[in-house]
Amino acid sequence: MIWPGNPGLSAATWLLGAVAFLYAARTSVHELVRSTGQAIAGPLRAISRWLSAAADELHARNRAVLLGQARREVEARIEREFERVSGLVTRDLDGYPSLQRKLQDEIACMEEDYKKCGEVPPASPDWVEAVAAVARVKSGNEMVQKILADISTSINVMHDKSLAEYRRAYKSRHRILGRFLPFWRSVERTLSRVDQKLEGLRSSAAIVDAQMDKYGEITANSDRVAHALTVSAFTQLVVSLLVLAVAAGGAFVNFKLIALPMSEMVGAGDILAGNLRTSEVAALVIILVETSMGLFVMETLRITNLFPPIAQLDDRMRRRLLWVSGTLLIVLAAVEASLALMRDMLIADKQALIQSLALGAEQVMIADKWVGNIPTIGQMVLGFILPFALAFVAIPLESLIHSARTVGGVIALALMRLLAFVLRLVGHIAKHTSRVLITLYDLIIVVPLMIERLGKRAVAEVSPPVAPALEAEEGRRAS
Amino acid sequence: MRIVFSHLAPLLLALVVALLAGCGDARNHAHAVYVLIDTSGTYAQEAVKAHRIVNYLLGTLNPGDSLAVARVESRSFSEKDIIAKVTFDQRPSQANAQKRAFQAAVDAFLKGVQGSRYTDITGGLLQGAEYLNESGAGTKTLIVFSDMQEELDQNTVRDFPIDMTGIRVIAVNVVKLRTDNADPRRYFGRLEAWQQRLEDAGAKEWRVINDLERLDPVLARR
Repeated sequence: MIWPGNPGLSAATWLLGAVAFLYAARTSVHELVRSTGQAIAGPLRAISRWLSAAADELHARNRAVLLGQARREVEARIEREFERVSGLVTRDLDGYPSLQRKLQDEIACMEEDYKKCGEVPPASPDWVEAVAAVARVKSGNEMVQKILADISTSINVMHDKSLAEYRRAYKSRHRILGRFLPFWRSVERTLSRVDQKLEGLRSSAAIVDAQMDKYGEITANSDRVAHALTVSAFTQLVVSLLVLAVAAGGAFVNFKLIALPMSEMVGAGDILAGNLRTSEVAALVIILVETSMGLFVMETLRITNLFPPIAQLDDRMRRRLLWVSGTLLIVLAAVEASLALMRDMLIADKQALIQSLALGAEQVMIADKWVGNIPTIGQMVLGFILPFALAFVAIPLESLIHSARTVGGVIALALMRLLAFVLRLVGHIAKHTSRVLITLYDLIIVVPLMIERLGKRAVAEVSPPVAPALEAEEGRRAS
Repeated sequence: MRIVFSHLAPLLLALVVALLAGCGDARNHAHAVYVLIDTSGTYAQEAVKAHRIVNYLLGTLNPGDSLAVARVESRSFSEKDIIAKVTFDQRPSQANAQKRAFQAAVDAFLKGVQGSRYTDITGGLLQGAEYLNESGAGTKTLIVFSDMQEELDQNTVRDFPIDMTGIRVIAVNVVKLRTDNADPRRYFGRLEAWQQRLEDAGAKEWRVINDLERLDPVLARR
């Protein structure tokens, strides 16, 4: 206390002293606060700008990779469709000339038969006119009547003969027409086959057209395609993860099947880390080797394309690799089946031992019924099948890797942009906080500032030319 | 992506190196158990109960573990007092066969157990410590199935410091003697004296378990 016994006066003295000090230090404090704000805001803004630029670059690169990947996929699909079309053409339309010849032969045959069927109108008999002349004779001559009666008889006989002949001719024509039927059917069949093949070709052509349209959009760098591909990548990632989770469940079952019997091979006493036994690691390695073999099988079958060197191999080498990896997979599956059997035996042995230890007497073995063998057989079958099932992991794995690239890029991009925004925001806050602090500072020393302003105004009235310069200086400080 | 990855690569590398470094586990995980069965005087009739402990151990010990059963008699610091000993094979099937043979050997001994005149527990402990240290196991347990009443003849010298470093000692079925019933301080004093002696000898742990059901969690802890 400056004035003992008078705290009010002491406080006022302190306040005056402090305000005087703050007023004296005003310029330096303003500079300090302003430069601190700038020191914080400047680097943050720079980092934010760098992050934004990096995000833009990343976006461009992501887009290029996404479109490139999609282009490769579409190219592969178009190539496959062309191969299919080529196969169709080779397989189906290769026999088209013979088909055409057959059709022509059948048509020629039908034409010939048709011609044979043609009805030839019977020629009018020559004696009709003679009969007419005799009939015009106007006499009751018996001779004429007799002749006419003979003619009538002859005509009747001739009529019957002609009718029979006519019917025979029609019968033969009908027979020929009857022979047409299988030809018609054959022609119909042949034509429907041709139609079917052409339909397949047409649908393949439609697929190629659709893919070509997509390819066109990709090469045109369309935003719509980029967005669709990104969404598709997210879907693929989710689906792949689900399938891989199922596969992981299968691998876990597989692991449980072989972990215990593996201790017969590598020993049960060694522990690598924590509670992880060597036998468990060995079981895990076997499962991973099986998965790798499955991966190679899928790769050599050209179902997946994870290893470019395998895809570049010639067909003979690829087939060899397929045989090798396939054989190894089968051998490993057989080993697993036998390990599954051994697991069952080991568990049974352990149970028998524990029973004998618990009861301390010779145990009567219960006779094995066929029902008791079902789990053993089931384990063996599982042990054999699971490696092959795991081989198919290659497909979702490839899908996961490809889609993770896109999804990871999108997430990284979003994070970078978010970080850039946050940094810019923090920079702005720092800058504006420094301004607020300066204003608050001036508020504390408002009384001396007012006095200063009044003093300056008085001086300005005395010497006007100096005032603008001072005001300009004041304005500069305020800004 | 490459930009981000290039920044993360050193971090990932460091993580992988750290994980690989953590993979090696230098500890010995094998468990060696030495069971001392008191066959002296009236305690000889209690010895049959030891059969339960041995069977429990046979059921829980893993391939690579070691087990020995020895008797305490007038002078117990001798290999001849070891009834059966085995280090189980690494293969579970072989280990099971060894356990059956071990069980048969212990059963045969317990059926024909004869009481000795004196009780040399210290000698048995020394023999057990020697066996356990030789086994090189990571966890060493010595189970003493006795009333912990040591009685030595005049020529047997056991009043010297012993070394039980790193070994946990579990006294099981420490029955009360007639004199203990008259003055329980004798019983507690006896156990206290043993605790003091074993702690001085560097034993890792000293426990008294009279209810055999409580032995499981103690043995399960390594």
